[in-house]
Formats: sequence, structure tokens, C-alpha cells
Amino acid sequence: MADPTPPVIVEAEAPAATETTVRTLGRDAWHDLIRKPTFIVSGVLFVIFVTIAIVPGLFTSLSPTDCSLSLSRQGPSSAAWFGYDNNGCDVYTHTIYGARASIMVGVLTAVGVLLIGGIAGTVAGFYGRSTDTVVSRLGDIFFGIPLLLGALIVLVSFPGNAETPELVTISKVVLALAVLGWPQIMRITRSSVLQVRSADYVQAARALGAGGTRMILKHVVPNSIAPVIVVATIGIGGYIAAEATLSFLGVGLQPPVVSWGLAISRAQDYVRTSPHMLLFPASALSLCVLAFIMLGDAIRDALDPKLR
Amino acid sequence: MATTQTGIAPLPDQTGATPLLEVEDLRVEFRTRDGVAKAVNGVSYTLHEGETLAVLGESGSGKSVTAQAIMGILDSPPGFVTGGAVRFRGQDLLALPDDERRAYRGRSISMIFQDALSALNPVFPVGWQIAEMFRVHEGMSKKDARNRAVELMEQVRIPAARERAGDYPHQFSGGMRQRIMIAMAIALDPDVLIADEPTTALDVTVQAQIMQLLADLQRERNMGLILITHDLGVVADVADKIEVMYSGRIMEQAPVHDIYATPAHPYTKGLLESIPRVDLKGQELSAIKGLPPNLTNIPAGCEFRPRCPYAREICKEQRPELTEVVPGRFSACHFAQEVLEGDIEPAQQ
Amino acid sequence: MGRYVARRLLQMIPVVIGTTFIIYALVWALPGDPFAGRCGARPCPAAYVADMTAKYNLDDPLPLAYIQYLGNLLRGDFGETFQGLSVGEELLRAYPTTVKLALVAIAFEIIIGIGAGILAGLRRGSFIDNLVLVSTLVVVSIPVFVIGSVLQLFLGMRWGIFPATVGGDASLYNLILPGFVLASLSLAYVARLTRTSLAENRRADYVRTAVAKGLPQRRVIGIHTMRNSLIPVVTFIGADFGALLGGAIVTEGIFNVPGVGNLIFRSITTRDGVMVTGAVTVLVLVFLLVNLLVDLIYGWLDPRISHG
Ligand SMILES: Nc1ncnc2c1ncn2[C@@H]1O[C@H](COP(=O)(O)OP(=O)(O)OP(=O)(O)O)[C@@H](O)[C@H]1O
Ligand code: SF4
Ligand SMILES: [Mg+2]
Repeated sequence: MADPTPPVIVEAEAPAATETTVRTLGRDAWHDLIRKPTFIVSGVLFVIFVTIAIVPGLFTSLSPTDCSLSLSRQGPSSAAWFGYDNNGCDVYTHTIYGARASIMVGVLTAVGVLLIGGIAGTVAGFYGRSTDTVVSRLGDIFFGIPLLLGALIVLVSFPGNAETPELVTISKVVLALAVLGWPQIMRITRSSVLQVRSADYVQAARALGAGGTRMILKHVVPNSIAPVIVVATIGIGGYIAAEATLSFLGVGLQPPVVSWGLAISRAQDYVRTSPHMLLFPASALSLCVLAFIMLGDAIRDALDPKLR
Repeated sequence: MATTQTGIAPLPDQTGATPLLEVEDLRVEFRTRDGVAKAVNGVSYTLHEGETLAVLGESGSGKSVTAQAIMGILDSPPGFVTGGAVRFRGQDLLALPDDERRAYRGRSISMIFQDALSALNPVFPVGWQIAEMFRVHEGMSKKDARNRAVELMEQVRIPAARERAGDYPHQFSGGMRQRIMIAMAIALDPDVLIADEPTTALDVTVQAQIMQLLADLQRERNMGLILITHDLGVVADVADKIEVMYSGRIMEQAPVHDIYATPAHPYTKGLLESIPRVDLKGQELSAIKGLPPNLTNIPAGCEFRPRCPYAREICKEQRPELTEVVPGRFSACHFAQEVLEGDIEPAQQ
Repeated sequence: MGRYVARRLLQMIPVVIGTTFIIYALVWALPGDPFAGRCGARPCPAAYVADMTAKYNLDDPLPLAYIQYLGNLLRGDFGETFQGLSVGEELLRAYPTTVKLALVAIAFEIIIGIGAGILAGLRRGSFIDNLVLVSTLVVVSIPVFVIGSVLQLFLGMRWGIFPATVGGDASLYNLILPGFVLASLSLAYVARLTRTSLAENRRADYVRTAVAKGLPQRRVIGIHTMRNSLIPVVTFIGADFGALLGGAIVTEGIFNVPGVGNLIFRSITTRDGVMVTGAVTVLVLVFLLVNLLVDLIYGWLDPRISHG
């Protein structure tokens, strides 16, 4: 899509899955990581955002439904640092509570993508032949559909309304994104399965009759975990941005869900007179996406010996 | 000849004229995150017209780095020339500013690399790459340059040269690619040709053809040829003199027939004894036990001591300089004379 | 080269079939009422439902119905909205503006993206390099609709340097701001890609050969290094052009650029599902087609690919 979300070229940069990357993940990489300023900054941001998402009550005494139309669109003041939105809700409180939906979509989508992609990739790599061909071509097809366009079609085809339960709305967005995002993980897992499968020690284990599941758990998972972590972390940032974009377009999350994308979408109409409605949730969103991308970036640099 | 102090050991100049190429006490180091690797530590040699000098040594001994320093194509950073001189017909190239130095590359001194596939630019036709020499250095027109390129391809015996000039490097076989490299290197009729393991990546039969081609071209054009190699067998047929490198220094230097008959350094001796095992293609000279020293931390005394069967007490403290043992033969060993005469027993351990 | 083109074309057929099938299935064949949310806020008129059921053979089994649908697509019939507008004609009207906007964006990517990438790549570790790294990371993290809204607020409304919205007059000058916004994300990628690629290629053996040939520094970098380094960059920009031709839903929506993206944006707001899905189908096809072209360009730029 023309307003694409970040995961697009991550794949090319993900470190190849090799024995060494796995080993370094444990020791050297961690050693390298904790000295990196980008890792520290993004790590701290990550912890803050996740805490906010889990226990928003810690950060504000108000609830997102504490709104009063009489305060509509009042600017920042000592009483409300971020000001009020058009419904007279506290923008700060909404920004805090908005973290949950956004991060939830990001994380759940990443989990979904990992599940679909991981299983598909393992199956394709492990069984090879026609199974591999079918899965790989299927991956090509989904990969060919731009994330936003595809999600748009899915969501437009399943419109919701204000009565739709919150969880259903969120799952819809998650599913729409996950259905389009899995090929990337599939490709990584598939190639690492292929690599592992041809390794001598695995051939030997197979000759000795080691079972498939055991082999996959023992060899494939550790082998592909490093690039997968990188892609998934950066992916979360991308999915959060994608959710916000879809909500902004009016097909993603729907009120009464509180999310950054929705807040920014609402702010659009009042940008000229009440820019605070736009700037605060927009900053929170960007900072959050930045945190995930930076985190993934830092991990990748630490894992990829080429870049040292 | 008073060479002991500096380790400089120019071979006696038979003609008395200025040598073609004169390397004097060349030093190169790589400043990396892991420390400073002293890759070349005072290498000296001379090369005359029509002469072939073979440079021999294990992997990592500094053969390529020396050649790169002569050409001025070191990766810098991390590589730096920290001392010495490289004189081409008396002119010190290291003292020249960049753009004057450039004029010598390709025109006076040329180089062939080991892996022609990666050394040729993958996205330009081979004819274009050869013709580029004429277009840039001689300002020739596209058409003339291309014709010259085809002529050169014919000279290095590439069949159907005119048709193939438009092909890309990956469309050629390994041997043909190396011929293209050679054509490019000799395009401007250089005085010195440095061939860095030109045949290591090739099949045995092709190796022989390429060596033959190099030898023929050298004779026709009376070039000075520096032949870097792992392969003692190849050297015997074509080289005039041999220089054995170890740990960034020259261990022994001698006319080719002498060194085979009577090595004057334990390292050379070890290399020669390993020949039966290395006549397998591309094999490393690994028959000597142990590993070369870590270049970031070369121990005091003789660099070869940890692997030397003849090592004595003195070898631990004092580094042997390259000295003339008998006329025309140089060795960096405290017991060069004894080794030469076969008059030394391995030390008991 | 001819065989390569043929091969790529053949490979594309299953992808096109698969993609259109997925979109078709999503739109018409999923359980539930396929007409929910396709005709604006009200349910679809009965006549329209009957019409569409006949036209899309919705009563036929899925594979058969799909084949007929594919036939329609091939004939250039992309559907008709409940208001009787032809999706194809609407698209045709909006396309020139989108192409123009895409070209403006590509120009930014080439000039700023490649420029910054070259500066950074030639001086790795320098101030400029770090500046490029940090600023691209920030740009990548800010979702396009945030960048768009903020730039519109400041450059458009507050300072009035550029028109805040384009409206009917899609002149080159009016497209500068939306073009830049549209380019922002890819621009950051282009800069990073150029930098990495250049830095990698500078150490390549053939570059050393070029120096050994006695070529001037200008030629070594400008021709030998650059030509190879720009292959992935050109490929990326090409693929991005395909994405941009898909219409910039968000950007065109924000700046009210009368292009394809805006058409989709408006159709979403009016819940005109037929227009959305019809248009998106076309865009996905355009995207695939441009990607094919890019592959061909890639094969032409890098002889190793196409000369087997
Ligand atoms: N670009 C570089 N960066 C860091 N160190 C380098 C670089 N190039 C060479 N070196 C160091 O210089 C030493 C000598 O390398 P050189 O390539 O000259 O060996 P060689 O004798 O040509 O070996 P081979 O037979 O494998 O080609 C190496 O051990 C290496 O540590
Ligand atoms: S100096 Fe000593 S250690 Fe070194 S080569 Fe000679 S005998 Fe061996
Ligand atoms: Mg070498």
C-alpha cells in the first residue's frame, strides 16, 4: 500500500539463522545489548508502555468515560495537561487508556503471525515436496497483497458497529492483519527448517529414529528464534501503526474502544482549532512504534555479526 | 653487505642498473577493534625486468597485504603503511600524492587476483571492463577501445573473443575469467605484474594453462612478475627466485634451484617436506605442526620458534635478522648455516 | 532475457489467480450477508441485491462463480455501485492525479533518499551518517497519517506555505506537500538501503580491482561502486512506485487529493463496499503488475539474474 507500515523490508535485513546467531543470542549479544544506548532507551520505553497497557489505572485517576461536554476541546491547562477532546474527555487519560488497545492489537497480531507463519513454515520445510510448494505459493499470494489494502478489504467486508463487543472488534483487526502478515515468518521458519534438516547431526538423529516433533523442538526452534524475534519485535511496531491507520480510516477499531488511532481520527476535524487533540495521542503512538522498531533494530544489530 | 641491522636484503644487482621494483623495509598494520595486527613487518626485495619472483608462505603470512601495499590498494582504514619505501624505477611510490600514484596503477604495475569472479565487476560486460583501461588511461574512443579489448582477449587465448566481449563475467568458466583478468592487467603493457594466487581457484589442468599463459606473456613482454602462491610445485618451473614469508617477514630468499636442493631456514625445510602432501590442488601448507603467531601480539624472539624443531635458547630472546648466508642466499635464522649444511639435530623436547 | 520474461510472466499467473480468488472469496463468499455494509448506511435495495446476485452468480457454487467473476475482470468490468457508478470509470477518472502524486513522491525518494544514503554510506560513522540513521528511524516510526496531519497543520494551516488541501486543482505545486508526506516513509528506507548497500559494496573485490586499474576515485565510486549499490535501491523504488500507484488512501484522504486513494477513502466513509473492493482489486493487480516490471528491470540491471 502507498501508506505502508514498517515491516515491509524488514525481511531482507533480518539476520540469517545460523548456529552462531543462536549461540550469540545467549551471551555476546546480551553483553553487547546492555551497552547500547538505543537498546536501553527502547527497552525503558517498552517497559513503560507495556505497564501502561496492563495497568492504566496507575497513571491516571480518571476513567476514559469521565467526560463532560462542557469541557469540550479545552486546551491544555494545569488541571488537564493534555487538554480535553471534542467530547470533553481528558486527552491524557484517553492517551493512557489508548495504549492498551493499540499494544494489544500489535502483540496479538505478532502472536497470530508467529503461530500461522511458524506452523506453515515448519510444515513446508519439514515435509518438503508438494506440501512445500503449496505452502510457499500460498505465501507468495498473501505476500503480494499490500498489508493495508488487504486488511481494508477484510474489514470492509465485516463491518461492525457501536454494539459490537470490544473484544470482537479487536480480534477482527488482529485477524485481518495476521492473515496478511504470516508469509514473512513462514519464510524464515521454512528456511531454517531446511537448514537444520540438512545438517549432519540431524541426519544422524533421524537415522537413529528421532521423531519429527522432538527434532523440531530441539533444533529448529533454537535455530530460527533469533531472526524471528527481530522480525516479530519490529513487526509489533508496524502492526500498531497499521491498526492506528485502519482506525484512522474508520474501518479498524470502533468506539467505545479507546485507541490512539481513533483519537487521532477524531482530532482530524478539529486540527485547526484544537491541535492538542492531535499532537498528544500522535506523539504517544509514534513513540510506541519507535520503541518497538528501535528494540528490534538493536537486537538485530547485536545478533548480526556482519554489522559489528 | 651490511644488512643485519635493518633486515634489508636487496639481492645483488647483476646489471648494476636501477631495479624495476624495489621494496624496502615495508611495514603494514591493521588497526582493528581487536587490536593492531602487524601484518607486514619489514619486507624488502627487488625485482628486475624479465624476472619472476615467487612469494611463498602460509595463509595469513602477509603475502597479499604486501602486494596490496605495493599497488596502493590496501583497505584503509583499517590498513596503514607505517614505514618503508616502494620504489618503481627509483621513484618512491609511497611518497607520491594520490593522483600521481594512480597513474602508476595499471600502467606501470598491474595486479591479478585470486578469485576472478568476485574481482570482475558483475554488472559490466567483460569487453567493456577491459576497454575501460584504454578509455580512461589513453582517452581512446569507445570503438577503438573495444577493438583493442577484443585483441587482448585473443592474445590471452579466449575463443570467439569478438562475440564474447559482450558477455558478463558469470557467463565464463573459471579459467576464462582468469584470462580476462589477465587481459585487463596487461592491457597497458605494465612493467610489473603481480599475480596473487592466480590459479588457486582453478582445476589442475586449467592451472597449468594459466601458468603457461602467464609465463609466455612475461617472456614476450619482458615484464617483472611477482607470483604469489601456496603451491611450491608451480613455482619450481617458472620462478627465478623465491621469497618465503612468515608472520609478515621474509624468512628466506634465494634462487629457485638452490632453495629446493638446500633450504637455509627450518620453515622452508618444513614447507619442502610437506610437498608430497600438498600436491593436492589448493591444499594449504599445513604439514608443519602448530599455528602462525597472532599478529596482534607477535612474541619476542624468532617468530617461528614455537613450531621450529631446531629451536634453542637463543631463539627465545633474539629475533634473527635476514642475513646473507652464502652469496645470493638470505635467511632469518640463527642457525642458517647449520640448516643449510644439514649440520643440526632437532632439539630434544 | 526473453526466456526470463516469459518465465516471470508464467509465474505471475497463479499469484494473480490466487489473489483475486482470495479477494473474491472475502467479499462475496464468506458466511454471513455479503451485502452488509455495501450500500451506505441503509441496507441494500432489493433490486440491487437481485442484480448483483445475478451479475456475480452468487447462487452458483464458489469455483464457478469465481471463474465468471475472473472473466468480468479480464473484460475490464470491475463492478458497479448501488448508485449505478461504474467502478472502472471512476478509477479511470481518478488515476491521472494519483500517477502525478506518485511521481512527485518518487522524485523526493530519489533526490532526498538516495542523496542522504550516499552521504551517509560514503562516510560511515560520521556526523552525517548518524544524523541520517537517527532521523530515518524517527520518520519510520511516525505513521504516515500523523506526519500528514502534523505537516498539514503547520506548513499548510499555520504558516500557509503550501495549500492545506488540494481539492480540484492538482497542480504540481499543490502536490508537493502531499507528495513529500507520501514519500516520507519510503524515503527513510531508501536512505538506509542506499547507505547499507553502498557501505557493503565499497569493500567488494571488484571495487579493489577498479582501484588497481588506476581509475580515478570519481569513477571507482561513481560507476563501479554506485552501479552495483543502486541495484537494490532502484528495485525498491520501483516496487514502491507500484505501491504508490495503488493510491495513497491516507495521504490523499488527508490532503483531499482527487486520486484513487481518495476515492477509496470517500467510499469507506460512505460505506460503499462495492467501490472499495472493486477499486482495491484493481490496485492489487496494478501492484502485482508493477512488481513484475520491477523484476524485469532488476533482471536488466543485474545480468546475473536474467542471463542465467
Ligand atoms: N582488511 C583487513 N582487515 C584486517 N586485517 C587484515 C585485512 N587484510 C589482511 N589482514 C590481516 O593481515 C594478515 C595477512 O593477510 P594476507 O591476506 O596478506 O595473507 P596471505 O599471506 O595473502 O594469506 P592467503 O594465502 O590466505 O591469501 C591476515 O592475517 C589478516 O589478519
Ligand atoms: S631462529 Fe631458531 S627458532 Fe627460529 S627458525 Fe632458526 S632455529 Fe628455528
Ligand atoms: Mg592472499
